[in-house]
Amino acid sequence: MLAYIIKRTLAVIPVMAIVALIVFLILRLTPGDPAAIIAGDSATPEQIASMREAMGLNEPIYLQFLHWIGQLLQGDLGTSLLSGTSVNALIASRIWPTLYIALLTIVMSVLIAVPLGTIAAWRHGRLSDHIVMIISVAGFSVPAFVVGYIFIKIFAADLRWLPVQGYKDPALGFGEFLRHAILPALTLTTAYVALTARMTRASLLNVLGEDYIRTAHAKGVSEPRVLLQHGLRNAAVPILTVVGTGFAMLLSGVVVVESVFNIPGIGRLTIDAVMARDYPVIQGMILLTSGIYVLVNLAIDLAYTLFDPRIRY
Amino acid sequence: MTRTLGETDAVAPQPGVSRFLSLPGSTRIGILPAIAAIVLLVILAVTICAPLLAPHDPLALSPTNRLKPPSADFPLGTDAFGRDLLSRILYGGQVSLFIGLGTAVVSVAAGLIIGLVAGFFRLADAIIMRVMDAFMAIPAVLLAVALVAVHGASVVSVIIAITFSEIPRVVRLVRSVVLSAREEPYVEAAISLGTRMPTILWRHLMPNTLAPLIVQATYICASAILIEAILSFLGLGIGTETPSWGNIMADGRTYFLVKPSLIFWPGLLLSLCVLSINILGDTARDRLDPRMRKREG
Repeated sequence: MLAYIIKRTLAVIPVMAIVALIVFLILRLTPGDPAAIIAGDSATPEQIASMREAMGLNEPIYLQFLHWIGQLLQGDLGTSLLSGTSVNALIASRIWPTLYIALLTIVMSVLIAVPLGTIAAWRHGRLSDHIVMIISVAGFSVPAFVVGYIFIKIFAADLRWLPVQGYKDPALGFGEFLRHAILPALTLTTAYVALTARMTRASLLNVLGEDYIRTAHAKGVSEPRVLLQHGLRNAAVPILTVVGTGFAMLLSGVVVVESVFNIPGIGRLTIDAVMARDYPVIQGMILLTSGIYVLVNLAIDLAYTLFDPRIRY
Repeated sequence: MTRTLGETDAVAPQPGVSRFLSLPGSTRIGILPAIAAIVLLVILAVTICAPLLAPHDPLALSPTNRLKPPSADFPLGTDAFGRDLLSRILYGGQVSLFIGLGTAVVSVAAGLIIGLVAGFFRLADAIIMRVMDAFMAIPAVLLAVALVAVHGASVVSVIIAITFSEIPRVVRLVRSVVLSAREEPYVEAAISLGTRMPTILWRHLMPNTLAPLIVQATYICASAILIEAILSFLGLGIGTETPSWGNIMADGRTYFLVKPSLIFWPGLLLSLCVLSINILGDTARDRLDPRMRKREG
């Protein structure tokens, strides 16, 4: 098993290397001169030339890539062209609102989705099952920003219960943080609940078909106990998997939701960078989110081997 | 058994909603998929017939008619430039649906070829699958945002940008079907008869992938329509001189609190469309997956 753990952990390296290559090529395979694009329309030829020099564009392309990778391996994502500060510092200063809202979303989603999925599996084939399934398909069929604007219209503009936009740090008072974060988190929750409820139902249905469930019933174990202790406990691993991999989806959703609710997180940072053609920041953000996705997957795979005694490599 | 990166998130077969109000095991189509099919056909019909149905030119500016409420002349009112909302939504549907269908076709075609090669040639497999793992790791919206930001937004560039994040799923699907099918006696027979490799791939292996590919294509179509809307919403999509559901909503952002219908109507139509496609995809999957039939029936 140790051999598997090592092998699986090392498998992260080629994938991240290829992600880095893709991210590098997205910028370098532009039809025009990246230096001219970055310098802007009003730049003089001299400015473009010095930009080329500063960006290292005069070196052969493989040297540029190796140079950039070397920087990355030292944990340096580069320097923002727009603000001149390091990308690491920019991300570090903007990541907290995003993390807090993502965390709130995951907690709310699991609290809603797992009971929903359990009910659907328990009442399999009946009306309540169908209703849960339709809600969950609808959940990822509506664009997040449409959901966000509907929430703003109802809860902020019409009912005036919550602020329309903005963000307050939890350090300045948890109540105020919640008032600002609840609508963005609810918006992200719609898609996340849909995904998690479907997976809960599917994996619970799988488990409920097992022999030991029939044995439990035959022994006279009560229905809730069969469902929760024998069923849900064994269905937990796939549910955790979808919660984990859904985190990557969340990072995409954050870009949209932070834009709707005007939250100064890394989603807004990305969009601002795209608008300003601040390539190092865009590259850094893609590398960061892909890295999180790859590591979450690694953690899940390792958790499988460590916690499920049936899996042996 | 070793699992490679990211395989844990392959979508497990789940019973869908197709059997809603239909008898288990019967061949009758449930009420819900029937409604979905009708909704989708109606949306397709009205968008294709946009030139006949639209009361106004979707691009005609009318400064005196800015942000007008619904009236006999403008059934859904007008946007901030005095353009007729209904006409824009009808024409916008053409672009959104074309991007959905286009992405599905391009992703499936490209993914099919790459997947066949990966499934049959061991050497290519390792490299192809690592590249696919990498593309899977990059969030779809971010990848599309970066590609469109660099290469500019047009209908074609948006389709290509979304295709990159959809291809890995197709490749994995095709590869797994090929891996199990290549062990079949008829493939061994074909190899021992000296059949040429492209013929084996195309005549003997490819047909196995068709059914699951149709299902995958519906999901890609739904996802592409959503991603196009997100790109436009973020201000990175196709310019508003070519209306799409996404950029109509993007235009409506500023005036949302004054006139929510600018986001509501295109949003409703887009959501209905994506929902119908997803329901039909689920239905097709349940019908095509014999395991599902057994468990459900």
